[in-house]
Amino acid sequence: MMRIVYTKPKSMKDVPTHYCPGCGHGIIHRLICEIVDELGIREDLIGICPVGCSVVAYNYFDFDMIEVAHGRAPAVATGVKRSRPDKVVFTYQGDGDLASIGMAEIIHAAARGEAFTVVFVNNAIYGMTGGQMAPTTLLGQKTTTTPFGRDHKMEGYPIKIPELLSSLPGAWYLERVAVNSPGNIRKTKKAIKKAFLTQIEKNKFSLVEVLSPCPTSWRLSPVDAIKWMEEQMIPYYGLGTIKDEGIQVVREK
Amino acid sequence: MARIEALTGDEVAAEAMRQINPDVVAAYPITPQTEIVQNFSQFVADGKVDTEMIRVESEHSAMSACVGAASAGARAMTATSANGLALMWEILYIAASYRLPIVMSVVNRALSGPINIHCDHSDSMGARDSGWIQIYSENCQEIYDNLIQAVKIGENKKLLLPVMVCFDGFIISHGTERVELLEDEVVRKFIGEFKPDYPLLDVDHPLTYGPLDLFDYYFEHKRQQIEAIDKAPDIIEQVGRDYGRISGRTYGLLEEFNLEKSDLVIIVTGSTAGTAKATILELKEQGIDVGILKIRVFRPFPYQQIKEALKGKVAVAVMDRSASFGALGGPIFTEVRSALYEEDKKPLVVNYIYGLGGRETTVEHIKKVAHDLLNIKKTGKVENLVNYLGVRE
Repeated sequence: MMRIVYTKPKSMKDVPTHYCPGCGHGIIHRLICEIVDELGIREDLIGICPVGCSVVAYNYFDFDMIEVAHGRAPAVATGVKRSRPDKVVFTYQGDGDLASIGMAEIIHAAARGEAFTVVFVNNAIYGMTGGQMAPTTLLGQKTTTTPFGRDHKMEGYPIKIPELLSSLPGAWYLERVAVNSPGNIRKTKKAIKKAFLTQIEKNKFSLVEVLSPCPTSWRLSPVDAIKWMEEQMIPYYGLGTIKDEGIQVVREK
Repeated sequence: MARIEALTGDEVAAEAMRQINPDVVAAYPITPQTEIVQNFSQFVADGKVDTEMIRVESEHSAMSACVGAASAGARAMTATSANGLALMWEILYIAASYRLPIVMSVVNRALSGPINIHCDHSDSMGARDSGWIQIYSENCQEIYDNLIQAVKIGENKKLLLPVMVCFDGFIISHGTERVELLEDEVVRKFIGEFKPDYPLLDVDHPLTYGPLDLFDYYFEHKRQQIEAIDKAPDIIEQVGRDYGRISGRTYGLLEEFNLEKSDLVIIVTGSTAGTAKATILELKEQGIDVGILKIRVFRPFPYQQIKEALKGKVAVAVMDRSASFGALGGPIFTEVRSALYEEDKKPLVVNYIYGLGGRETTVEHIKKVAHDLLNIKKTGKVENLVNYLGVRE
């Protein structure tokens, strides 16, 4: 009798990926699909696609998706969730989408305590348009629009989204994770699952920021990109629970 | 001495911006515009320009920052495409009504939805009533020439109006062509220094831009704005002639190609004008003569010049690379047809909507239009007023 030790999640389409080698989106897509299968919510799920590299996430997710304008996923998700409160709704957004052009939408969705889940993928750059500076770009990080590195005097400081949202009573569960190692990928899955459960069981707003590599735009090999994440990105952003009203613990900063 | 280089549309736009050396550039990445600002960022980082570069969080803020900079007295520029232009909408009108000569590259791309990154003119055509001057470029050389002229046109004291220099996304923005570039000094002398009459930075003469303006004066201000853009055709032609003196390339509001040889005309704008010209030369060999009237300036709409150019013509096909939902044909068609209304002897006019969302427009498509025109001339009748070129239905 053979035991099945590996299978593709049912929620994930069996298609070739368009993501670059070493990109984190594929891992995060798969984690979401595993969670969707485990929770058995595929037929009750509505996802909102961003503008950015994951603009065609609906090519991989085998459940209902809506493609929306740049940054407006939280506003559209609000409309979907309020009209169909029985459905599970999530947005999948990059840092260029959520932390820049869509900053107003995410803040107000959290302020209103909208009962949907946000998977926020932060790779510290605009990947799709070819590596321009994002609000999350680290100080000193070279991008095509900051060829000598981001300078806070000119371009300000990188934004920590969960910390920014944590003062809002409407934001229930906020966590930052990373997909740099098997251990952290497992933690990422746990956090995203908890975020979905926050919506399903508590009817509250949740956001998980996933630090993710972009070797192409960082101009690094996939291996060096992981190293850069560990040496630069994770120390700046920090991992862990930023806010969890469920256990009434706010992380000390 | 002019330099000759091989550059893409986006690269040549960035090069023109380097030579213009604006005081402020504020922009947000969007395909297929991104490379303009990206290349320009390199010029800023390398100290090749004196520009203050602002990497804003959205196009709404990009245009707002340009409005702030231009009100303060700076020469401000930006670039965008499609949804980016749509997000600027509110501020487009404000820039025009404050009479701020901001110059912007609009790399034409289809508007969502469904989301698409390829060329059509739905973005800039939608902004046709915003009060901006709109110049369309056929190729990389025209992008360069139009951007330099745009600064001089917009900053003319009789106008003081913002200018969009439009060009086709990917087809031109990412296509490499031979381009003749002027010397930096020649460009800078041509555009001169921007000396605004009412800059906010003139602290000895405090003033307010855009205060509340209700039923008491709003209408008068709009009337003035209409008056200003109505003066633009003469100034655009004047600048086009002056530019000819420094470059050898003279520009008008329209471009005629094989027009006097035929009583059949195709009106077209943007990169498809190039395809149309090549097709016309091919048809000529088969003994078919069709003229091309390229619209370079769509705002202000050169209705007088179009009336002149179409005098004595029998059939005219107007090609629109955008749809105006619910209207009687595309935006260029409705305006051309309206311009001809008072004429005693009007040509028959037919509309072709083509190339939406980057659908390729080939020589065969243009040949079909030419053959349709021949048929209209023969029968004296237009079968379908609005036709769709290359669509599956």
